This record gives sequence, C-alpha cells and structure tokens, in this order.
Amino acid sequence: MEKSDLKVKVLGTWSSPFVMRARIALNMKSVNYEFLQERLWEGKSERLLKSNPVHKKVPVLIHGDKLICESLIIVEYIDEVWPSAPSILHSDPNERAIARFWAAYLDDKWFPSMRSIGFARGEDEKKAAIAEFEKGLVLLEKAFGNCRKGKPFFGGDQIGYLDIAFGCFLGWLRVTETTSGIKLLSEAKTPALINWAHRFCSDAAVKDVMPDTEKLAEFAKMIASKRRGEAPPKS
Amino acid sequence: MAEEVKVFGTWGSPFSRRVELALKIKGVKYEYIEEDVYGNKSPLLLKYNPVHKKVPVFLHNGKPIAESLVIVEYIEETWKGNPILPEDPYEKAMARFWAKFVDEKCLPALWKAGSSPENERAKAVEEACECLKTLESALNGKRFFGGDTVGLVDIAANFIGYWLRLFQEAAGHDLLSAEKFPALFKWSDEFSSCSVVKDSLPPKDKLLAYFKAHIAGTKAAETNASN
Repeated sequence: MEKSDLKVKVLGTWSSPFVMRARIALNMKSVNYEFLQERLWEGKSERLLKSNPVHKKVPVLIHGDKLICESLIIVEYIDEVWPSAPSILHSDPNERAIARFWAAYLDDKWFPSMRSIGFARGEDEKKAAIAEFEKGLVLLEKAFGNCRKGKPFFGGDQIGYLDIAFGCFLGWLRVTETTSGIKLLSEAKTPALINWAHRFCSDAAVKDVMPDTEKLAEFAKMIASKRRGEAPPKS
Repeated sequence: MAEEVKVFGTWGSPFSRRVELALKIKGVKYEYIEEDVYGNKSPLLLKYNPVHKKVPVFLHNGKPIAESLVIVEYIEETWKGNPILPEDPYEKAMARFWAKFVDEKCLPALWKAGSSPENERAKAVEEACECLKTLESALNGKRFFGGDTVGLVDIAANFIGYWLRLFQEAAGHDLLSAEKFPALFKWSDEFSSCSVVKDSLPPKDKLLAYFKAHIAGTKAAETNASN
C-alpha cells in the first residue's frame, strides 16, 4: 500500500494553534483525516499519553501505525509524504532556512510573550508585556516585507510553512486583543500583517479550522476559572 | 565559482561547534571567525543576527542564517554528500523530534542541574536524569543516533557527547555515568573519539577551566545573594 494511502488521524483540540498547523497542512494537501478530539481541560487521556509519552502534548499525527509529534515537524512530514502541489516549504534551502528561523522565533519568543500579556498581574506588568510583544510584531512585519517579495503570503502566491506557523496564532491574538482592550495588529504599526491576517484566515485550507474568536474567548475564560479553582459555569 | 562559506562562532559553544561539525561531515571548506560574545560582539554579528545577536551565524555567499539546527538543516540541503538526515520522511521526523528534545528539554535541564542553588539541586538533578534516560532510549542499540554514522541527533547532542563530562567534573556531580546510562555513556565515547568529531571539539583543559570559573561565579553570586 502506498504510504500516502494509509489512514490519517490527528489527535488534538479545536483551540490549539499547534494542532491547527497540522490540520491546515493536511487540508492544503487535500488529505482526509479523522480528528480525534482531546478534552485536555479534563486531564490527559490514556490515548494521548500513549501517543506522545515524551511530551504528553497535542498535536500527534497518526499515519498508519506511525506517530509523529511536534507541530512543525508534523508539517514538514506532511509536505514530504504528500509532495504534490501545493508545496508547503519552499524548494530553495535559503528560503527554507529563513522560514524555519522565524517559525522557531515565533514558538520560542513571540508566542510566550503573547501569553505573558494574559498572565500579567497589574497594569505595569501588562504594559511591559505588551511592549515586549509589540517589539516582536515589528520584527515580524519587517520579516513579512522581506519574505513575501510583493506576494500576498510569506510563502508567495499561496500560504506556506511560515504562514501556517504564524497564522495559527491569530485566534488567540484576537482573544488577547479583546481581553487586554488593546489593538495588537493595527493599521498604524502593522499595516501589511493586518491584511495578511485577513487573507490567511480566508484561505480554503484555514477557514474551517480557525476557531471563532468569541468561542475561543469563552473557552479561555473557562480555563482561567479552572486554573483559579472556581466551579465551571453551567454550559 | 568561489564560494563564500563563513561561520561566526565562539570556541567553547556547542552550538557553533554543531555547525562546524556538519560542515566537516560534508567536507565543506569554511572560514571561521571567533566572536568575543561576552566582551564585544562584532558589528558583523549584530548585522547578520539582529534578532538574537548570538552565535553561531552562518554566511553562505552573502546570505546569513542563524540558529544552529536551522543552519545544520541548511547545510544538509545544500551539500548532498554524507547525509546527516535519513531519507525516509518518518525517520527524518524522528531525528528532528529527538534533536528538538535535546535542545528544548535536555540542555536546559543539564545546565540547571549543574548550576542550581543547593536547595534546588536535587530536583534539578532528577529532571536531568529523566531527560538522559529518555534520550538514551532513542539510541536503541545503535552506535550513533544516526545509525552507523553521525547524524542530526548526534550533532544536536554534542554537549552531552563531550561538554557534559567536563561540566559535571567542574560542578562536582555525576549525571552521565557508565553505571546510570551505559548506552548513552558509550555513545559519548564513540561520539567524541570519532574522527570527524574529535578535531572540531574545544580543548579539554580550556573548557574545564571555563566551567570551573563559571560555576565558581554562580556560587559567589549565590553566597552574596544570601548574605
């Protein structure tokens, strides 16, 4: 049997940006998959612990009998197993390196700085967290200008690896804007990225897996209450 | 065509040595520029890596790349001989998974175990041992993580293959020992003595002295903080 004909499943949650990366990549390749939803706020299932014993996290891509973990590694795997167009990674090694560099930056620095805004206690801490986060956005706006070469996406005419790596965070970015009361992506500071964000979210491979901002905000409230030890709201 | 291949690094950094090791495996000639990362980062380094301002930076025909594992993958894709990654997509994904595990979990845990204050030491050591145990399982009876030859995971784990034994000597503990992790210990011997690796390792005495000074510095800061 062809590798690419084996059954495909994604273990994840609708709210996780990392899980979204895997689903967007599969959608781009028109690969049918079963979405196995975890209810992480209720604890980690046996299935998850078995599938990702090292990190115990989502997403996990289940391809036949193979288990692949770590969202960006999954995206590269998908691109390699289903090499037909559209390509997710650029064919040029230098372009790939630039995309991987920025994806690492997003995961190691930028997304944690966004989370810091939500966890900040008091106005001063919040202001400092937002300032740090906005510095990162300025870098990303500039990187977008360099990467896109006049095209609509980081990946060129179509979404690519870096669009996926970055765009998956847009839902949570919007929730952060709502809860902090501050426009993080703005016409003034990030004019190119604001338009990119609209285009990304409208993309056929993205729109059905990008969570609705209101639903995500409600979910965030529920998680925050749980974390504080409050009783869950009646749903 | 004269190719420009440059590595901006620092002698003791496992991260810049990863890049040099990948180039040596591929037989690629390069110019090495030593950076004074503690004293005085060069204008070129700051120009080529404005985001992180760190070594290593790799320059290929005028185009800079930063982040050691990103650079190593670039080297793999640019020079095709002596592959560092397997061809099979699943095996490749597994190699990337373990390389990431080394960087994100093992190295921070090992560093913490060696430089934690006394009261946090035991917990830090336990976490570091968990990481080493997990990493050891990835060896699975092979000579190298890459199989018969040094591959991406071996390169990523270079700190564990060579630096760690000197670090633990300076810190006065014994995280990686033949008793506790026989397969990983054996691998570290194989790694640091294999011909393509041993010529690109920092000198033992200099590295040990560096670690001793660093740990003494950390201890002094601890003492001062508690006085």
